[in-house]
Amino acid sequence: MIEVENIHKSFGDTHVLKGITTRFEQGKTNLVIGQSGSGKTVFLKCLLGLFEPEQGQICYNGKYYSELSINERRDLRQEMGMVFQGSALFDSMTVEGNVMFPLDMFTKQSKAEMQERVDFVLERVNLIDAHKKFPSEISGGMKKRVAIARAIVMNPKYLFCDEPNSGLDPKTAILIDNLIQEITKEYNITTVINTHDMNSVMEIGEKIIFLKDGYKEWEGTNKEIFKTDNEAVTNFVYSSELFKKVRQMYIEERN
Amino acid sequence: MKYLEAIGKYFIMIYEVFRKPTKWPIMRSLILKEIDELIFGSLGIIIFISFFIGGVVTIQTALNLNSPLIPKSLIGFATRQSVILEFAPTFTSIIMAGKVGSYITSSIGTMKVTEQIDALEVMGINSVNYLVFPKIIAMLAYPFAVAIAMYVGILGGWIAGAFGGYAPSGEFVKGLQLDFIPFHVTYSFIKTIVFAFIIATIPSFHGLYMKGGALEVGKASTTSFVWTSVVIIILNYILTQLLLG
Repeated sequence: MIEVENIHKSFGDTHVLKGITTRFEQGKTNLVIGQSGSGKTVFLKCLLGLFEPEQGQICYNGKYYSELSINERRDLRQEMGMVFQGSALFDSMTVEGNVMFPLDMFTKQSKAEMQERVDFVLERVNLIDAHKKFPSEISGGMKKRVAIARAIVMNPKYLFCDEPNSGLDPKTAILIDNLIQEITKEYNITTVINTHDMNSVMEIGEKIIFLKDGYKEWEGTNKEIFKTDNEAVTNFVYSSELFKKVRQMYIEERN
Repeated sequence: MKYLEAIGKYFIMIYEVFRKPTKWPIMRSLILKEIDELIFGSLGIIIFISFFIGGVVTIQTALNLNSPLIPKSLIGFATRQSVILEFAPTFTSIIMAGKVGSYITSSIGTMKVTEQIDALEVMGINSVNYLVFPKIIAMLAYPFAVAIAMYVGILGGWIAGAFGGYAPSGEFVKGLQLDFIPFHVTYSFIKTIVFAFIIATIPSFHGLYMKGGALEVGKASTTSFVWTSVVIIILNYILTQLLLG
């Protein structure tokens, strides 16, 4: 579980995060949504420890990040998996090399044990024939799968995803969403996903927080987001005509 | 103020390079890869340039020594001194600042814009150590490349002198042996090691701390070449004053 207590983050004169408090539970897919520039990526980077908030605390299963030593912070980071927006695969390594990298770096496993684990996670993300390919030789969807495989290879306690669906076709996007949700349940991980994708919100948003101008404007579940009267949320989520009609039908049906 | 901040950041980066080292078996393979990329990959251009620079130094020296009272052996002497003291260590380092430096900046810069460096940090890896330390160690082999540049430069001078009719072979070789001071070679290698450190670290700094996208990677490469060259030229002056002055 991750507990966020009143965090603030600024860059120069720009106050990006303005006192966000929330809680992300274990075994759930937690979504952070909001317009571009609302502070989602900065918030995620604070959760990852890449940015340090000027004020407030982040607590990982009872451990306050600000109270950890540099080595303890690095150890904590080894319990985190991250799927970057652009996948961030190492260009000079094959798919297999990318997934094996954290094992090679942090474990004392033999080559055979590492290979077994890599084969297992690649199979888990439905990538079987791509072991020896380089990132430049595979599609965007496959890159995302490799990034997920690399993120889960060390059995992380926390999984963070920055817009895992960006640049993917709707069908692949749903597959990636489902894969993240399955992995979250299977390994009982605390998963936090930054997204713009409303399909993801509706499909896998077990907990959703909506950021606006650096504030937490709303929080709830994918069921509650249908019912909310919060204007900022409805304007954002139901910005397309299709979603507006879907919501209208839902409200009419409810009445 | 901006420059002072950059200098401060550079020294913090140097401190970070030596903190929390990467696992040795991984580091060893990274060092070997960098030696191959940075040193062996540059030998071709170093040999090519040194050969012709040596030849040009010989021709220009010969053309400027018109008096029959000046012995032809002086051409060999002048070529040796120019190549060992300046052309091999300094000129080659400027070439390396362009070739190796821009490679280092662009490769690290690309990793930065594609979030690969963030990926390393998230995994709990000291990205500065992982990326910069192998380059510094690999560049310790740079004096080896400069030794080759010295040899090939003098060889180029001898060929230009002997076969171009500027200095008879015997006279040229006599000049090469004239008043040889072994410390000049030591001085040259001391400079080379300092320049090697600069060539490994300044471009890394520009790659690590760049901001923006692909266009900025190109700009960072150019800036890193300019600053690496400037620092090499300044240090060349300071080291010469300290060691030979």
